[in-house]
Amino acid sequence: MHPTKPAEPYWNPYLAGVGLGLVLLASFVIMGRGLGASGAFASTITAGLTAVAPNHVAGNPAFSEYLKEGTSPLNDWLVFEVLGVFVGGFLSGTLAHRVTRTVEKGPRISTSGRLVFAFIGGVLMGVGAKFARGCTSGQALTGGALLNAGSWAFMIMVFAGAYAFAYLMRRQWT
Amino acid sequence: MMAPFFKFGLFGDNLGMVVAFAVGIGFGFFLERAGFGNARKLAAQFYFTDLRVFKVMFTAIVTAMLGVYYLSVFGFMDLSLVYLTPTFLAPQMVGGLILGMGFVVGGYCPGTACVGVATGRIDALVLFIGIFVGIFGFSELFPLVSGFYNATPMGQLTLPQVTRLPYGFIVFAVVLMALGGFAGAEWVEKRMAARKVEA
Repeated sequence: MHPTKPAEPYWNPYLAGVGLGLVLLASFVIMGRGLGASGAFASTITAGLTAVAPNHVAGNPAFSEYLKEGTSPLNDWLVFEVLGVFVGGFLSGTLAHRVTRTVEKGPRISTSGRLVFAFIGGVLMGVGAKFARGCTSGQALTGGALLNAGSWAFMIMVFAGAYAFAYLMRRQWT
Repeated sequence: MMAPFFKFGLFGDNLGMVVAFAVGIGFGFFLERAGFGNARKLAAQFYFTDLRVFKVMFTAIVTAMLGVYYLSVFGFMDLSLVYLTPTFLAPQMVGGLILGMGFVVGGYCPGTACVGVATGRIDALVLFIGIFVGIFGFSELFPLVSGFYNATPMGQLTLPQVTRLPYGFIVFAVVLMALGGFAGAEWVEKRMAARKVEA
């Protein structure tokens, strides 16, 4: 999986931001809804759990809200969107020779240590996104552009939480 | 008035799924272009060495915000038909805090983790699995937290409604704030780079 050509530099952040903003705008104009990510994870879990324990899913509103009448929870807008995210990310990475099997970390932490933190970070992400009814995509980006009050409060707290714990995590990144 | 197209019945659910996939491709493409498939680039935001998380996010927010604003001012789009997540202030703020903590601990957010996985990052894959565990755990324990989850409901609420200021004024203020933030970000990055050379 090692690319033969050196990885190209990332785009100017403002240019990438305009691109991202236009995709978000297109989603508003075409669908009347914004982007998302964490909802697709919940739909996937509900689909998997429905296959093994349908009564358990039906009895818990945190799962059952992702059930669909007459079709799989996977037949969902966000699930298809997130599948596209994988394809688009892979496409961009391939074109710029940036697809590499590697672990991203600072120089002062072991690979296994980094992976433990990645897992803990993922669990926190999942819990945080549930409480907030969305993540950086569905709340911060989408709600931010729509001037959604809760989304702006959420966004400020995301930066506050990350900066508050940055010092504790410095050995992982710097 | 003809947008949002889907809400005006210009196409149905099946084509909507195709749109979802296409929108996702664009989303993933630009996230990767921005450097967001790489946890080091994302985490650098919180050490002030590379502020592209802020720059990309706010450029995207401003672009889409101006887009929907002008399209609705010119009567092309009915903004009231765009889905707005209802505000539950307390759980959203606590959720944001937990998610922000997870961001600097894990290095990706849910969307960028997908891009990291797609471009081979093992740490992104581990975080990706962690998200499933977190959502599953939350959902299993939902009866215990449902009270707080549904606390402080405020309905669909926008900043213009909260501040009682005109929509266009808030749009203008966000643009100004973003431009100020970008100038500040460039200044901070230069200072951090200079400090690195000295050290």
